Amino acid sequence: MFFKEAHAAEMLVAGSEIAHSWDLLWNFLVWLSVFFFILVVGGMVYLAITYRAGSKHKPKYITGNHALEALWTAIPTILLLIIFAWGYALYGKMIHAPSDAMEVRVVAKQWLFQFQYPDTGRTTINEVYVPVNKPVKLVMSSEDVLHSFFIPNFRVKSDIVPGMYTSVWFEANVPGKHQVYCTEYCGTSHSQMMAQVIALSPEDFEAWKAGKKFDSVPRAGQTLAEAQAEAAKIALKQSAPMSLADQGKALTEAKGCIACHSADGSVKVGPSYKGLFGHEVELADGSKVTADENYLRESIENPNAKIVKGFQPVMPTFKGLITETELNAILAYIKSVK
Amino acid sequence: MSNSHADNSHGHGHHPALAHHFNNMEDQFEAAKFGMWLFLVTEVLMFGGLFIGYIVFRGLYPEMFAEAHKVLSVPMGALNTIVLITSSLTMLLGVTSAQRGERTKSVRFLWVTILLAACFLVVKYFEYSHKFHEGLLPGALFHNEHITHPKAPLFFSLYFMMTGLHGFHVVVGMCLIFWIIRRSKRNEFSPEFYTPVELVGFYWHFVDLVWIYLFPLMYLVP
Amino acid sequence: MTTSSHSNYLNHSKGLWSWLSTLDHKRIGLMYLFTTLTFFLVGGIFALLIRLELFTPGQTIMDPNTYNRMFTYHGAIMVFLVIIPAIPGALGNFIMPIMLGAKDVAFPRLNLASYWIYVAGAVFATSALFLKGADTGWTFYTPYSIRTNSTVILVLTGAFIAGFSSILTGLNFIVTIHKLRAPGQSWSRLPLFVWALYATSIVQVLATPVLAITLLLLMMERLLGIGIFDPKLGGDPVLFQHFFWFYSHPAVYIMALPGFGIISEVIPVFSRKPIFGYKAIAYSSFGIALIAFIVWGHHMYVSGQSELANFVFSLLTMAVAVPTGIKVFSWVATMYRGQVRFEAPMLYALGFLELFTVGGLTGVFLATLAVDVHLTATYFVVAHFHYVMVGGTIMALLAGLHYWFPKMSGRMYPEKPAAIAFWFILVGFNVTFFPQFILGAQGMPRRYWGYLPEFTLLNQISTFGSWLLAVGFVYIAIYLWKAMRNGPVATANPWSGLTLEWQTSSPPPHDNFANTPVVTQWPYEYRVEKA
Repeated sequence: MFFKEAHAAEMLVAGSEIAHSWDLLWNFLVWLSVFFFILVVGGMVYLAITYRAGSKHKPKYITGNHALEALWTAIPTILLLIIFAWGYALYGKMIHAPSDAMEVRVVAKQWLFQFQYPDTGRTTINEVYVPVNKPVKLVMSSEDVLHSFFIPNFRVKSDIVPGMYTSVWFEANVPGKHQVYCTEYCGTSHSQMMAQVIALSPEDFEAWKAGKKFDSVPRAGQTLAEAQAEAAKIALKQSAPMSLADQGKALTEAKGCIACHSADGSVKVGPSYKGLFGHEVELADGSKVTADENYLRESIENPNAKIVKGFQPVMPTFKGLITETELNAILAYIKSVK
Repeated sequence: MSNSHADNSHGHGHHPALAHHFNNMEDQFEAAKFGMWLFLVTEVLMFGGLFIGYIVFRGLYPEMFAEAHKVLSVPMGALNTIVLITSSLTMLLGVTSAQRGERTKSVRFLWVTILLAACFLVVKYFEYSHKFHEGLLPGALFHNEHITHPKAPLFFSLYFMMTGLHGFHVVVGMCLIFWIIRRSKRNEFSPEFYTPVELVGFYWHFVDLVWIYLFPLMYLVP
Repeated sequence: MTTSSHSNYLNHSKGLWSWLSTLDHKRIGLMYLFTTLTFFLVGGIFALLIRLELFTPGQTIMDPNTYNRMFTYHGAIMVFLVIIPAIPGALGNFIMPIMLGAKDVAFPRLNLASYWIYVAGAVFATSALFLKGADTGWTFYTPYSIRTNSTVILVLTGAFIAGFSSILTGLNFIVTIHKLRAPGQSWSRLPLFVWALYATSIVQVLATPVLAITLLLLMMERLLGIGIFDPKLGGDPVLFQHFFWFYSHPAVYIMALPGFGIISEVIPVFSRKPIFGYKAIAYSSFGIALIAFIVWGHHMYVSGQSELANFVFSLLTMAVAVPTGIKVFSWVATMYRGQVRFEAPMLYALGFLELFTVGGLTGVFLATLAVDVHLTATYFVVAHFHYVMVGGTIMALLAGLHYWFPKMSGRMYPEKPAAIAFWFILVGFNVTFFPQFILGAQGMPRRYWGYLPEFTLLNQISTFGSWLLAVGFVYIAIYLWKAMRNGPVATANPWSGLTLEWQTSSPPPHDNFANTPVVTQWPYEYRVEKA
């Protein structure tokens, strides 16, 4: 609530009950801090000016005041204990998921999040679909280094540690897309390691489970009209309609491809797009193939079938996560990066 | 600390080892001893980090420690314990002799201490080379088929880190003892000034003390 | 440097070698000062480049790999090579023995060794710059720091070596304070700067060895793969965080406490009033130092550590705020019924109070468990520790630098440029870092090379602020350099201070005092003459 007043569409949303409780504590701390800031800094300015050298006040020899010192030890102590207790109580709610929570498994790796849904066996990448008003628990592990899963709208976060399971849980009560960040530094593309929680109405969620696609869900807190207006604004900025290659470029950003594949020839986790199309690639087993359309298609849908020499088989499959039209756009883009 | 300044007089004719910023030898000695104690505190904390690591992993994998420690040779460890305790004794005798001004006696005890330290290292060398031969190495370098516990390499990481750091301290100690022997031969010490001998003695007792803890923790895991 | 005719520590002996091999604590102090300020410049340039990169959401001037190295260098250099050694190494070394009425520190050769060990550490750490760099952040979290192919081992070695410098300085100071006080300089007459350095030294001596062993383990991890912190070999990456913060949280107080000491000296002198609550301020330093050792886990609320650990660490962390609050209240109260003057040291002391208050209050947010879950690892944390470290330590360093400049150089700095530079720094600092609180609360993570477009405006304000800060610092460098060469000659006691360093000439003679001083009163005895 605290932020919502400023720019409804752009700012943080309180997307769960816990987020609202959190905002209450936050607001308490903000106003308490404002009070103490005025007390200390205001007092400082007041005393410095009032008792400046040459003022009419008579200086006095004072070395302390036990009553005052006791007071400014006791009052902060009490306040801090209250803050501690409040913070701990809320923290307890934040970390203990209700027993009926829907469970989703999360695997983090440089630099993406993979989600596995136990009941349907589906897998998604960088997008996790959940129903609103139902607790969801994410059980997380890491394949390589430390990562962290942070959903600002739900005010929850947990590190993801290789070799152990950690979890976060939330119960979204605002439908729409909620931003997710990796907040534990994990290397080159740390700042591109983002995901979305896509909170759907229960009916929509059932539909999603049945295979329906939800491609343009508005951001949480945004009405459909606002989302359309924003999309229109973006469309207006791009004077000409987008070429297929440009659409593909946008897709590689949205799908997180660029975290591992560069367009400028630099080597990240995977090979660069630059100069790839139509050229020969040497594979790990020493054989050679030409990077044509079918090779690229296979590399996206079944990445571990042919591993390029010098790279690890770490890419997850995107089969079923990318439509045919999207695939065409991405291939057009890869073709264009010479 | 011996840059005595010509302008300073301290009443009585002062000792050549008295630094200009101290009032008398006693203050200077006290300060040096205090400094050494503080240094040993930092040493305790440094080894303490490794001991904490040991406690954590032993708590996590007690059965692994029980299995892996068996390859360490208790007789050799016990021999080294005796060698080091004896060296502590000879060190002590060396320091008291220096304190009494018995130079040749002190030097003789210090040489025996160095010799015992060398014995310790020779035994350690045989232990280490056996481990190297058997592939009982830290972490990723571990390759031994007889120990089955998958986390066993961690035991050898701790073993080599702890005994290695201790061994490094033994070598440093030998250099320090050698240094005070040379100074002693140049007749720099007297009952009024034997601070370096005393401090090296402190250090050596500390090194022995660390081993007293390492031996049961590493070799005698129940 | 100076042309004054009397024999002093600056003209006592001549030539570069007489400086590099000096055992004089004052010269060693100056060498620390110049070296730490040089690294401050280097670290500052990295900071400006970081802010410039963040001027736009995407790539502005560098790619992510370069950016990751920039923030690693900025953090590692500023922490290990600037803020930790700056105040104890430079001002502590120069002033503290004189404040005690001593001729030198207890172990002058060890003191020189500390300096050169620090330089050796710095050489190692910065040599990584010319190789493959280091991209782990200054915290070296495992397992990333084990896996990255950058030359992180050089930075680890550098920090490891520099740590010994810190340990030896702390040890030297403790013995000096115990054994070399002038006649009459009882514990209850010790200046608060000395008390603060004493508390700092204890932390240095007790915490730094743990860092040393941690870094050694991490080096072995990279060289031999010993696996202690590597989950692939059965190790525990979170154990590294425990080890690291066991040192690095107390290290925060190694950075902050000496600054508190400077503020405790400056405020009474420029208020012509005794310090309010001398004992409370002196003891609260120890309270802080003690609690500092048992709160490290508050860096790890979301690291996967247990709920019980979080409960304990949060509660203990709240306890730090109490002695810190006592200090702040006492400093403010000192001005009551004084005669406050606004020379540069006092301006910086007041600036310190403003920034440190914000830093302290936001610290309470982060200590609060539930609140920290959202805020940790965001820009809120970045803003918080810059308010404490820069707003606290660097402002205090600047206060001390101006306060003791006449003593160290024998010359006065110009007051008007100093005031102008102060306002640039105060305003620049707030413009740079306050927006980061808002960014963090909205969720912008730290160590991000790129960010979502909605964060653009606040990031640009922050970058603009960094330029104001740069102007302020460059201006200080210019006028201090000029003043050092040909400023007006300073008297022995330009601020009418009562601590012992003002009872000897400016600059002091080689042996500090012509005759060993005898202390007969409290250092804050600002009696008012009866009218």
